[in-house]
Amino acid sequence: MSNQKKKTLTPVQQEYQSFAQSREPKRSVVHNCFTAFVVGGTICLLGQFIQNFFIWQFGFTKETAGNPTVAVLIFLAALLTGLGVYDHFAQWAGAGTAVPVTGFANTIASAAIEHRTEGFVLGVGGNMFKLAGPVIVFGVFSAFVVALIKTILTSLGG
Amino acid sequence: MEIYVWAFVVGGLICVIGQILLDVARLTPAHVMTILVVSGAVLGGFGLYDPLIDFAGAGATVPITSFGNSLLRGALAEADRSGLVGILTGIFEVTSAGISAAIVFGFMAALLFKSKG
Amino acid sequence: MLQGHQSWVFSNRPHIISTGTVVGPFEANGPLALDFDLLHEDMWLEQDSFEKAERRILEQACQKSLSKAGLRKEDIQFFLSGDLVNQITPSSFAARTLSAPYIGLFGACSTSMEALALGSLIIDSGFGHTVLCAAVSHNATVEKQFRYPTEYGGQKPPTAQWTVTGAGAALLSSQGTGIHTTSATIGRIIDMGISDPFNMGSAMAPAAVDTITAHFRDLGVSFQDYDLVITGDLGRVGHTIARDLLIKHGFSVPDDRFSDCGILIFSENQPAFSGGSGCGCSAVVTYGHIINRMKKGELNRVLVVATGALLSPLSYQQKDTIPCIAHAVSLEINHQE
Repeated sequence: MSNQKKKTLTPVQQEYQSFAQSREPKRSVVHNCFTAFVVGGTICLLGQFIQNFFIWQFGFTKETAGNPTVAVLIFLAALLTGLGVYDHFAQWAGAGTAVPVTGFANTIASAAIEHRTEGFVLGVGGNMFKLAGPVIVFGVFSAFVVALIKTILTSLGG
Repeated sequence: MEIYVWAFVVGGLICVIGQILLDVARLTPAHVMTILVVSGAVLGGFGLYDPLIDFAGAGATVPITSFGNSLLRGALAEADRSGLVGILTGIFEVTSAGISAAIVFGFMAALLFKSKG
Repeated sequence: MLQGHQSWVFSNRPHIISTGTVVGPFEANGPLALDFDLLHEDMWLEQDSFEKAERRILEQACQKSLSKAGLRKEDIQFFLSGDLVNQITPSSFAARTLSAPYIGLFGACSTSMEALALGSLIIDSGFGHTVLCAAVSHNATVEKQFRYPTEYGGQKPPTAQWTVTGAGAALLSSQGTGIHTTSATIGRIIDMGISDPFNMGSAMAPAAVDTITAHFRDLGVSFQDYDLVITGDLGRVGHTIARDLLIKHGFSVPDDRFSDCGILIFSENQPAFSGGSGCGCSAVVTYGHIINRMKKGELNRVLVVATGALLSPLSYQQKDTIPCIAHAVSLEINHQE
């Protein structure tokens, strides 16, 4: 895909880009993957503790305990975003905080907080899903397509 | 006991996939999250995600991939009950906790906090 | 007077009679803090929004330069200013406060020198005798508009830069002594096909090289004729690329004479990635630090090359590349005057 992009560049541009790329600091992929693994794993571990807590203390079942667990993690992420500490931690943790549901909550909370200056209706309400929108839209659409295919296949087969 | 280990490992590995998409494929965070959520729905369609949840617990339910799977599960469950139209009516059934919590707590954060810069 | 293809020589010596520089907390913790007039502790400045805070620091910088020269806002004949916010509203609102005839400019991070060049043209040609040239940027307004909300947990790559929260204003006059502008070179758009907004140093470096080359050619000068050639905000990444590109084109680039405002404004300990950026970067470093060094006699002839990346949030989403530009103005001090 990147070669397709290169085809639309002139030879001078292509030459410059390799000139520039050799002088750019490389992202430390291995280090980033390691921190993402550790942080992401820890957040999921915390989720597991919270989930078991809901099962033991409140009598949720294994299937239904996922809901309050996710709600608690979302609350924590929104709180840390509001306190202004989430972004500093996330710069270091990368995908470790972005991939768990905490990342989803952070996109919504940060956009909401930022656009408060434009009022609650147009600002907060209108911009809240600026970053989370794609996740919801594509999640729903892909679930729709997969469910449609699956339902049609099972009704054809059955 | 074992579930804690697997929750950590599987959750961590899904995040590593995300990190590779960010650093190597140079995709934006929005693109990465979208790819993961769609993958969750597709894996769910093949019946592979629920066994992963049984095996790794929160390691599979906490990452955003599970969101795609939950949307699919809701759609399929309602389609079982009410036919094709159930696909539309059931999508948000299982995930409503996550989305409601995000909206409610996000809004409350906007009420209580200012950007810190 | 036009010289060469795209340069102006100011034989009537427009003088910079005073400057005003105002910065935010991050810059106040940097190595050049003592060169700035006003340092702020927080990003809000007790305003309702970051955009209003940006307007406020621009007004303060303008006010500071006026008071240091003993002039009032009524004495300004023309006010030239620009910033990065949509429709350059901070500059327009500051112009409302100053009530001076106003020319709004958009050159992204090259605005400071774009304003100084045009201001010098007005003075040198006799079309005005007191002109205020300014530029401002605010970290939060830029992040909100071009990238992500301030509290968003996105991971920035090492090639990213940190937008400076700062406003710099320079008062130009046909009368005066000391520091004056001697020439300016207007840059043209250079686009090398880079489209990553987190790697603007690489995108802007060729524009800086193009303008420096044009300036040297038009005026028949070289690095040896200046004590310092300083780019606006290429950052560590862009500056290295620019230097290597100049060497590749046959120039000899002495390391102690080629620097960058984005590198100077933050220390290595501050989490500023590859350096500072923004309209305010070149404005505050030039009108604060460089002017001070010239007054102390450490520098006599300086060429400031402000670099700008002319992208928009929409152009990036539409998969366009980043067109860049650089404008250069040369400053000289005459201690005998």
